Amino acid sequence: MKAKDVPQDKSSLTDKNMRELCYATDTDGNYVTKLSKGWEPKIIALNKSLDLLEERALHFKDLYKKGRISPIPYYMELSRMDLSTTASYMGKWNWQIKRHFKPRVFRSLSQKTLEKYATTFQITTTELTDIKD
Amino acid sequence: MKLDFTHHQSAHCENGVISNLLKHHGYPISEPMAFGIGSGLFFVYLPFLKVNLAPAVSFRPMPGLIFKRFCKRLGIKVNRKKFRTPKKATMALDQMLANDKPVGLQVGVYNLTYFPEEYKFHFNAHNLIVYGKEQGDYLISDPVMETKTVLTAKELELVRFAKGALAPRGHMYYPSDFPEELPLKKAIVKAIKSTCNDMLAPVPIVGVKGIRMVAKAIKKWPHRIGVKKTNHYLGQIIRMQEEIGTGGGGFRFIYGAFLQEASEVLGKPVLLEFSTEITMIGDLWRDFALDASRLYKNRSSEFDGYTKLSEKLMIIADKEERFFKNLKKSL
Repeated sequence: MKAKDVPQDKSSLTDKNMRELCYATDTDGNYVTKLSKGWEPKIIALNKSLDLLEERALHFKDLYKKGRISPIPYYMELSRMDLSTTASYMGKWNWQIKRHFKPRVFRSLSQKTLEKYATTFQITTTELTDIKD
Repeated sequence: MKLDFTHHQSAHCENGVISNLLKHHGYPISEPMAFGIGSGLFFVYLPFLKVNLAPAVSFRPMPGLIFKRFCKRLGIKVNRKKFRTPKKATMALDQMLANDKPVGLQVGVYNLTYFPEEYKFHFNAHNLIVYGKEQGDYLISDPVMETKTVLTAKELELVRFAKGALAPRGHMYYPSDFPEELPLKKAIVKAIKSTCNDMLAPVPIVGVKGIRMVAKAIKKWPHRIGVKKTNHYLGQIIRMQEEIGTGGGGFRFIYGAFLQEASEVLGKPVLLEFSTEITMIGDLWRDFALDASRLYKNRSSEFDGYTKLSEKLMIIADKEERFFKNLKKSL
């Protein structure tokens, strides 16, 4: 990559005034470093990846509203957590977390466990027990 | 407590911490040099391991390995500690700072307050340097940031004790003993050989063979799992290749910079030619990312585009195979 070609596309970095360091060659072929504001292919990949998370979150919200699952999968998506990360923060096994996906099991959880979930997802227990529209 | 610590921005966190800590101790090691000597260039494809709902692809070795190899090859001793409780971790950190010693920390990215929302993922092998404490806040030099930053004690504790895969458990490290003179030349030769061996490894998921396996998979994915999932998989490859940390082109450009520096240190002009060649290969990787992102954006349901993309990656694999074979012979 030539230093003059280091992309400066508008990205989420721009809003935070962040730039990242790239390595590129100057006109003599010597390596120099140059800051980049963003590059479109990366922005597409990142945004699409976030879209997918949102799509999944909405799907789980829908299932919750229909009474088919507990609110946990929805909040896991919002916190970008997978099963093992959630289990690790909760200090539980994967299968236990999975079990809490069932509305019946979720309703029987102790206040202590609910608080732990709330801390894990960085929300309040009221938010945890009911997903607002 | 505030040290006189100079912050240099780098592309990748691990090389950056190495380079910044060594510069602090008076050894002018650049980021590409840290990356090269640590044999940072790598490729591995783990189809059975899903990360962000896609098969894992990595352009670098396991977190921590670059630093480990770098120090071993130069004879630098490193002190490492992990902690059971956050309290003990904080005490040990404060003690180091009281002795005017900056330390490297392994942290989770998700709760790093100064990162943009979009980049907050549960990735636990980020590295940063703490160089001081002022009014209860910690002074941070995060290598990927343009300037120094600050974290409160609570924020720092949260990222040091992030949970999940690769949980840092307060991991703190610092170079404790240096040899009289760094054996740079020997280390560079050894490191380049090791990178060549990694990239040419006779393992189907590693190095050049791994790249070919991904190329073949790209051709099959649209038929097997549909266009939508294929695009998501491609998106994750682009992110691993180009996201904060690689310096562009899946680390190929940093490696080019390293070879350029190495040619000077070793007095081997031939390495300059290799630097030019890996730069060209890096450009091909950029092209690959560009094409992949276009396929993603346009959601074309034609399989033709994926076949072309696969062929592009095959060409990269062929070029890299020749490159690493010749590089190995040249030493």
